[in-house]
Amino acid sequence: MAGLAVERITYDFRSKRALEDVTFTVEPGRFCALLGPNGAGKSTLFALLTRLFVARTGRIEIAGHDLSRAPLAALSRLGVVFQSSTLDLDLTVRRNLLYFAALHGISGREAERRTAEALDRLGMAERAAEKAGALNGGHRRRMEIARALIHRPSVLLLDEPTVGLDAASRAAITAHAHDLAGQGLTVLWATHLVDEVRAEDRLVVLHRGRVLADGAAGEIGGGDLTAAFLRMTGATA
Amino acid sequence: MSWLLALKAILMREALRFLGQKGRLVSALVRPLVWLFVFAAGFRAALGLSITPPYQTYITYEIYIVPGLVGMILLFNGMQSSLSLVYDREMGSMRLLLTAPLPRWWLLFCRLVAAALISVLQAYAFLVVAALYGIRFPPLGYVAALPAILLAAMMLAALGLFLSSMIRQLENFAGVMNFVIFPMFFLSSALYPLWKMAEASPRLRDLCQANPFTHAVELIRFALYGKGNLLALAVTAGAMLVFGALAVWGYDPARGLASRKA
Repeated sequence: MAGLAVERITYDFRSKRALEDVTFTVEPGRFCALLGPNGAGKSTLFALLTRLFVARTGRIEIAGHDLSRAPLAALSRLGVVFQSSTLDLDLTVRRNLLYFAALHGISGREAERRTAEALDRLGMAERAAEKAGALNGGHRRRMEIARALIHRPSVLLLDEPTVGLDAASRAAITAHAHDLAGQGLTVLWATHLVDEVRAEDRLVVLHRGRVLADGAAGEIGGGDLTAAFLRMTGATA
Repeated sequence: MSWLLALKAILMREALRFLGQKGRLVSALVRPLVWLFVFAAGFRAALGLSITPPYQTYITYEIYIVPGLVGMILLFNGMQSSLSLVYDREMGSMRLLLTAPLPRWWLLFCRLVAAALISVLQAYAFLVVAALYGIRFPPLGYVAALPAILLAAMMLAALGLFLSSMIRQLENFAGVMNFVIFPMFFLSSALYPLWKMAEASPRLRDLCQANPFTHAVELIRFALYGKGNLLALAVTAGAMLVFGALAVWGYDPARGLASRKA
């Protein structure tokens, strides 16, 4: 059973083809980078993976559940960090986490316990009563990741989660996501930044809606992933 | 169980957000109060009202206009809550909601109930101010009006929800305010009785008669006197179901949103 399987997904926006015959799988507990320049179709693919859109052709499987046949079972195994922030900035950090827990069927003491645990892990326990809007960008992102894990999903999707962050926060969050994969979570990390990909990662290169490469990052890059990526996507350095 | 939990969480979130935005209740009240204190006072002399149900005696224009202004609160609020949905979607929290492992129609219904309850709260706040001003209804009327106001609020919130699924940008929403709110409000029995409208133009009266907002206002007007109005109830409930179904269709992942980018 794959952690995440995408089979022959094709998707059009009106007459424009956004994704063409996209196929790849991510084994459980692997970190997979979905690398592509802006406009490659990464966000469209994320919208399909989270069932904001439904593709007419192809198949998506999350932790063994077919997204179109058993959408609720599949979504319950999925944690998502969207590209744009989805926090309620007017509400407190704790309220944000409790709200999400309730949407996933977790309430009462259990929700309080998981919220406290999540904040402890982030070293943010003392900030629970602060409004989310008071947190800096890096903390907000970490909090969104912690929130996406509250219902203990098997698969975590992150859509360019380091956009707008400084170098230190970017490195910390990238390392954090790699650690999560090390603990058994299947991670799909969309990015356009080559330096966020490690040689041992699984790598899928997406360009103009097509998969150009799929395999171990070290092998695809052959020692210089940046050059390989630019060569593949036709850009000049 | 998890369904009710989600409903509770969504209601709580909306209530906290409402309480957090202190200006919202005040601004929601200012609009109808200006109409009541200024417009109605000025029009009292210009408009003569005859005795039509549910009234049993001559009434002042201020009394006539109150149910319409309650409707105005619900109408503006229904549209405003969908404005916040469009804004939410851009901010992403609508996405968060829609990826919860619950049927989408239920999640949308929860948002609808939350928006409607906040409307009801504002409507009663307005009725309290009107009562302090001297415009009072029978005590039973305030109780009987609750389901009527709630149903009307749900109907208008459902309309707003449907519109929000069709609107791409906030800019477009300003257009909808002009093309939806003003025609709905002015082509209704909120400001003038329909027999009066018929004197001016029977065609306009027919348009008002076809407007579900007219029936929402009449439902509230009758309920405030402890009376029922079957036609108004049927049209308001029917419109709510139609708008609700359109909203679910609009938010269907395989259809409505499919035609545009995330």
